[in-house]
Amino acid sequence: MRYETVIGLEVHAQLLTVSKIFCGCSTKFGQAPNENTCPICTGFPGVLPVLNKTVVEFAIRAGLATHCEIARSSRLARKNYFYPDLPKGYQISQYELPICTNGYIDIAVNEIVKRIRLTRIHTEEDAGKNIHDLRSDVSLVDLNRAGIPLLEIVSEPDIRSAEEAGIYLRTLRSILQYLDICDGNMEEGSFRCDANVSVRPEGTTALGTKVELKNLNSFKAVEKAIEFEIRRHVETLSDGGNLVQETRLWDPDREETRSMRTKEFAHDYRYFPDPDLLPVVIYDEWIDEIRATLPELPGSRRARLMSQYDLPAYDAELLTSRKDIADYFESALKIHRNPKAIANWIIGDLFRLLKERKLDEKLYITDWPVQPDNLSAMIALIDQDKISGKIAKKVFDAMSESGRSPQEIIADKGLEQVSDSESIEKSINQVLAAFPKQVSDFRAGNRKIFGFLVGQIMKATQGKANPQKANEILKRKLAEEN
Amino acid sequence: MSLAEITLHEAREKLRRREFSAQELTEAVFRRISETEEKLHSYITLSRDTALREAKQADELLRTDTSPHSLLGIPIAVKDNFLTRGIRTTCASKFLENFIPPYDSTTIKKLRAGCAVIIGKTNLDEFAMGSSGENSAFFVTRNPWATDRVPGGSSGGSAAAVAADQCIVGLGTDTGGSIRQPAAFCGVVGLKPTYGRVSRYGIIAFASSMDQVGPITKDVRDCALMLEVIAGYDPADSTSANLPAPQYSASLTGDVKGLRIGIPKEYFVSGIQPAVQQAVREAVRQLERNGATIIDISLPHTEFAVAVYYIVATAEASSNLARYDGMRYGHRASAKDLTETYTSSRAEGFGPEVKRRIMLGTYALSAGYYDAYYLKAQKVRTLIKKDFDEALKCCDAIIAPTAPTTAFKIGEKTQDPLQMYLSDIYTISVNLAGLPALSLPCGFDSEGLPIGMQIIGRHFDESTVLAIAYAYEQSMDWGKRKPDL
Repeated sequence: MRYETVIGLEVHAQLLTVSKIFCGCSTKFGQAPNENTCPICTGFPGVLPVLNKTVVEFAIRAGLATHCEIARSSRLARKNYFYPDLPKGYQISQYELPICTNGYIDIAVNEIVKRIRLTRIHTEEDAGKNIHDLRSDVSLVDLNRAGIPLLEIVSEPDIRSAEEAGIYLRTLRSILQYLDICDGNMEEGSFRCDANVSVRPEGTTALGTKVELKNLNSFKAVEKAIEFEIRRHVETLSDGGNLVQETRLWDPDREETRSMRTKEFAHDYRYFPDPDLLPVVIYDEWIDEIRATLPELPGSRRARLMSQYDLPAYDAELLTSRKDIADYFESALKIHRNPKAIANWIIGDLFRLLKERKLDEKLYITDWPVQPDNLSAMIALIDQDKISGKIAKKVFDAMSESGRSPQEIIADKGLEQVSDSESIEKSINQVLAAFPKQVSDFRAGNRKIFGFLVGQIMKATQGKANPQKANEILKRKLAEEN
Repeated sequence: MSLAEITLHEAREKLRRREFSAQELTEAVFRRISETEEKLHSYITLSRDTALREAKQADELLRTDTSPHSLLGIPIAVKDNFLTRGIRTTCASKFLENFIPPYDSTTIKKLRAGCAVIIGKTNLDEFAMGSSGENSAFFVTRNPWATDRVPGGSSGGSAAAVAADQCIVGLGTDTGGSIRQPAAFCGVVGLKPTYGRVSRYGIIAFASSMDQVGPITKDVRDCALMLEVIAGYDPADSTSANLPAPQYSASLTGDVKGLRIGIPKEYFVSGIQPAVQQAVREAVRQLERNGATIIDISLPHTEFAVAVYYIVATAEASSNLARYDGMRYGHRASAKDLTETYTSSRAEGFGPEVKRRIMLGTYALSAGYYDAYYLKAQKVRTLIKKDFDEALKCCDAIIAPTAPTTAFKIGEKTQDPLQMYLSDIYTISVNLAGLPALSLPCGFDSEGLPIGMQIIGRHFDESTVLAIAYAYEQSMDWGKRKPDL
């Protein structure tokens, strides 16, 4: 029997607000444990939450960018459970009345657009962190993260493969980055994902038994864990076995999932509207105001790059897949306007470099080894015939090591292209003298030898000879003495 | 006469005229406490040293500063569920027996800004859950009028302290009658303001949608003056109303002519002690003689109030009390793992009534029961609110007994929680509806125990409530009687 996979994703995105969702504490990452805390976010007796307005604004931005309906009145609700990282014994979240509902995101799967519907987007507070490996006798709790605002973005079960799941997540992350409401860093946990996975016989509509996958800390983990689960489900069912509804954890070292808790031990969260907070009432004027200030989103930026810079769809897609890449591209263009060359260098050499150095999940331009102004300046030097494409590769590598400008590197290493005919001709004469057999072969009609001779000239000039000029002169020389 | 018997408004005048100093007044209050506390047990914690220091500062200000600090040098008793920075705050629970708060509640900040002298923290039912004061984890406060009787609850300590002149004014909180019922039992004045009128920030939450801070005082004028200090919008409490707080004392004209007062028939039914019924009826006739118009009204959903209250309040409490988990402050049991730390800390830290309410509330919110209990209760709550809205269209205020009986004997109802819950039958609806209501003395029963009458007003119309209370108080002299201790 053939099976169809059904996947729904739940994403938790940390919002880039200055302060926490219900108190004035800083959201700054990497502070000393419990430095960003106060009586409110540590759940002292008597404290009350006050909703951070920016959180609502960010939720509306996300809702508008994903074609959601924005609720004119929504409620915050308490989700009750005990855990040491949850100071109040409940998480303030949303339940029956979320801020955003019924949206969608279009993703491109093998150049075909597929629509993934969004059930809802709601706001909630993050929990703290339990730390078990610092001391052997006790566990420690760091509440810096407690109260950092989150958006929970829940998709409909419209995703059909691990690959689609990955594309959906990248697209969603890109939208949030474009909106400037989440940095999208999976490693640091500011963009997290749980996956609900089930399979069903192809052609049927009833949903199979689902599992919820947790601990998916990278795009790779999401894809691998889903693939693992699909295999496990199909094998179990094909063997006539039964699946149980459960929560499973991904183990990235052993590349497998294992059961965390089954349905019988599922929490009853006893949601109810938080009586400490009033309903969130959103007026049309505010929505209009936010809509008017929405930035350009990936789809329209892709279209603009294509029309404004005459880029092919493939290039535009890759460049706009992340906001920082598109920003990099456009800031490079300001230095030197050669869109296609810049796009090629980014998609080719820069991406390769990022991958090699495992920087492809780094999200800030400043973390990148080659800055856009330097890349652009280097391309300008190529276009001005100051260096050859081949030398440029060397310059690029040198820039990535040192971060220095291409001009400095070229001056330092004497890489500037030789364009004066006299010295090129001198080198050519040397080559022609050194390879008489090849010269006569060429003259006898073996035209392929030409490339060999050019290679020898470049070698003799350490690659600095202007290749066009060298070609011209060599051709002339070979013809001359015929 | 002891200096401690004085009211807030008298003390304010006399301090300003330098008839005595704030230190003398504070000393007099502590003297009174040392004479009577053994019989009453009103206080959990006395802050004598800081109080005397505050009194000394007040005296300096009285000498040098002419700006009118509202509570300059006034000794105040605070219920032990207000967080007081640096002063132990127990909420009468073993769980918080040694808890010293890192911050002041908004109301305490206002008292401090008004240069009040905080005498100490008064006893209450644990986590303000109770109607007699007997649920305190530490000891039972006695009613000053009869020390074998309860002072009422949950603000029993503050009410007893005010009645016995162990302070000049007191502060309480009222979730289902916790200010008004003890005020009635102890023969003093207690006001529960409109929900949202006074900030809840820094009071230990019991039921968030009903908790409200209010004064317990020796007379109505003091009540108005205290409300002027504590009322007002607080950005730290999202449920506090962004409305200006009027000068309540200006409404105390003594005139009730033309005011329409509604008498709900559902509040005068079987179960009410005859003396209580008579006293309240007589008080209504007195107001009629003073020029008020009396109207019979109906609040048809009254009979459901207790049931609704014990679902909504316990549901909220079950969640509000989840933070007492032994992790960050308060009691932590020694245990072998996380689950046992939770269960043992809470089993050891909470008393039986608190546990009962946590279980009730947890049940009411559970999957499969939520709709039948919590949601249904919220719907009936809306109907109860509508009853009052309708009634208050044709009258300016409603008068009813505060409690069905006078103070009962210690131990009389502890074995029967339902009987205990019914002692709040007249006060609970007001919390469900969020209205302001004041209890003041309107007589004594044959055993010499005070009877309380409740005046309920429209949302944010404490002024009318206070005006009626003041007019009645001026025409009678119940409040001038003092218990014989």
